[in-house]
Amino acid sequence: MSSLKFDNVYIKNSFSIAGPLEKNGQIKKFDLTMDDYYYREKTFEQAEIKMQRIVIDNLLLQNKLLDGDIDYLIGGELYNQIAISSYSAKYYQIPFLGLYSACATFVESVSVGANLINSKQANNIIAVTSSHNLNSEKQFRFPVEYGAPKPHTATFTATGCVGALLTNEKSKIRVDSATIGIPIDMGMKDANNMGAVMAPAAAETLARHLLDLKRSSDYYDLILTGDLGEIGTKIFREYIKRSYDLKLKKHIDAGSELYLDNQETYAGASGPVALPLVLFNRILKTNKYKKILIIGTGSLHTVSLINQKNTIPAIAHAVSLEVI
Amino acid sequence: MNKDEYKKLVKSLTPKENKVKNTLLAFLSGGIVGVLGELEIYILMNFCGVSRTEAFIWLCISLIFIGCFLTSLGFFDNLVTKFKAGLIIPTTGFAHSISSSALDYKKDGLITGLGANFFKLAGSVILYGILSAFLLLMIRMVIECLV
Repeated sequence: MSSLKFDNVYIKNSFSIAGPLEKNGQIKKFDLTMDDYYYREKTFEQAEIKMQRIVIDNLLLQNKLLDGDIDYLIGGELYNQIAISSYSAKYYQIPFLGLYSACATFVESVSVGANLINSKQANNIIAVTSSHNLNSEKQFRFPVEYGAPKPHTATFTATGCVGALLTNEKSKIRVDSATIGIPIDMGMKDANNMGAVMAPAAAETLARHLLDLKRSSDYYDLILTGDLGEIGTKIFREYIKRSYDLKLKKHIDAGSELYLDNQETYAGASGPVALPLVLFNRILKTNKYKKILIIGTGSLHTVSLINQKNTIPAIAHAVSLEVI
Repeated sequence: MNKDEYKKLVKSLTPKENKVKNTLLAFLSGGIVGVLGELEIYILMNFCGVSRTEAFIWLCISLIFIGCFLTSLGFFDNLVTKFKAGLIIPTTGFAHSISSSALDYKKDGLITGLGANFFKLAGSVILYGILSAFLLLMIRMVIECLV
């Protein structure tokens, strides 16, 4: 069985930093915001490292914890060899686990962290993830200042950083269960249409999660997918109806919840930070939903493998949360 | 659902790019660049006493300068995204690709960053430009020999 059930894992606190475009989008309030992409550093890479450090520092400070009180720091992002997370982790005396699942990294971190706490191997864990639009552009696409025309199906990597403190002390948000995804390759080759690449993975993980835990889709007040974007969302809803005969009571895609229509972000936001930014700063603040299933979706491609005409595998991990 | 059925589903739900609008925009913006270029040649030839060949060289230099300058100011990429091929096909596109790569990699060092990545995007244009010029020249030589 690929689903894990947890009894005593809670998300005590979270801290978010939003980028310059994100702070003027649909969500108005974040813990911190950036005025520009440099964040008073010399390079974009340094800016992203600084974002992660500020998030970890603030999580420690707000909860009156020291490095030694945290058992594990778990995180990852989109940069080569997840270097940003490693370079920010070196400032702490905390055992560090670097993970990569592209844009599903945050959900993967929470799953791994929750499992460590549930098995009583740890008491406090920080899960952190970030993405920086211009670092991703350089990594996956063209130089930052190069104006490559993009199709409507392309998504816009969100800039921001989110960290969450997982603990075994009872608090408002309980981590109920997790489902680890299977990589799915439906023969898509277009990295400018990642919604289409990831939609089947999200559907498969959702179906398996419901099957494993013997729940119907009505069980959840909200199913929040990561970054399918507007076109990916349409494909996901149609695909899940046709292939799994599932009807979703309430589905929101975080990629469609971050930017305004006039911000020229094509099909919406992507990046590992899109899902936690929307989850912690919008969904959980409304107090509308009690049972939430978050599904992080990641497109597991690299530029070389796409240039070599390979199809793109995608992955989706799910975590269910209960607001107490 | 198998892969082919999925491809069909994706195709049916993906909005089509407006090719007519894109072509028209590119035609108009590229055309404007051309008209401005002709205007510069006209001014140079009639008011500065420059020959047409020399005026053409000045035109290339100024287009390249404008492309690089606007790229470094940070808004040429937005123009290219809007007008697409209209600004990529003229020399401005070539200049834009070089200056954007240079800007991006200058922090990675002069040799390992800027130097190594300077022609990252423009390399293909140079290589296949020279190659096709060579082939065309060969064809021309063969024809000239025959005629």
